[in-house]
Amino acid sequence: MQVQTRVDIHSEWGIVAARQAGRKLAKEIGFGSVDQARITTAISELARNIYLYANQGEISIEEVASAGKRGMKVVASDRGPGIKDVRSVMEDGFTTSGGLGAGLPGVKRLMDDFDIDSEEEEGTTIISIKWLR
Amino acid sequence: MRIPILKLYDYLLISIQVELDDQTVLQFQEDVLNKIHQEGSRGVVIDLTSVEMVDSYIAKVLGDVVDMSKLMGAKVVLTGIQPSVAITLIDMGITLEDVATALDLEQGLEKLQRELEG
Ligand SMILES: Nc1ncnc2c1ncn2[C@@H]1O[C@H](COP(=O)(O)OP(=O)(O)OP(=O)(O)O)[C@@H](O)[C@H]1O
Ligand SMILES: [Mg+2]
Repeated sequence: MQVQTRVDIHSEWGIVAARQAGRKLAKEIGFGSVDQARITTAISELARNIYLYANQGEISIEEVASAGKRGMKVVASDRGPGIKDVRSVMEDGFTTSGGLGAGLPGVKRLMDDFDIDSEEEEGTTIISIKWLR
Repeated sequence: MRIPILKLYDYLLISIQVELDDQTVLQFQEDVLNKIHQEGSRGVVIDLTSVEMVDSYIAKVLGDVVDMSKLMGAKVVLTGIQPSVAITLIDMGITLEDVATALDLEQGLEKLQRELEG
């Protein structure tokens, strides 16, 4: 247990690989079909953002346990340009690429815990957890 | 990977059965529009029964296909959206407003027939 899976994101195929690995682990941990879809979708959003805005980075996923609860942790990290104004990118509809701007606010709602750490010129790390109910 | 598009009278029927990577989604968009043009189709049913995940990118392209088809004179109905996909889309705040939907392929076709043939 407690094995971490990392998926490199440096092409759009990485997006598919990350969400497939995510669905597999979510299923193994015992998440139901709705939460599996939530987790897979969140991973897809994070992986696509890495590919689009930072060119490359990685998604790592692992099972976590805390205070008798079990869950799945998804970490997206890159050394891309970073995000200047974290507050505005968390607003529904904010996009710099002609997307829906639904990605980051969506991930926050799909997962239970959500933490974003981004520094201009340094990169972005987003840690999110979904707890098993 | 190419998604097959079937023609039935004035309609196109599409059942998406593959993992939707970005390239497949874009190819699909182009193929549908070309086929509408070639065949003079008036309606399109896109069945999503086997699709287990729709993220914001796929949702945007699907929405674009609906709008572009409409511009060309064809009405699109999306069918078979799984409960988990519907819940996830709403969680994300994506409502796909103004997009016609139906429970399954058969009801999607009936909907088109009712609306286009009166
Ligand atoms: N890893 C990242 N590095 C740098 N900037 C980022 C990163 N992720 C997101 N952003 C910035 O945050 C904005 C909002 O991201 P979000 O995923 O919410 O929407 P989007 O990618 O623009 O559209 P959508 O995800 O709906 O297709 C992006 O347009 C981009 O400017
Ligand atoms: Mg995004």
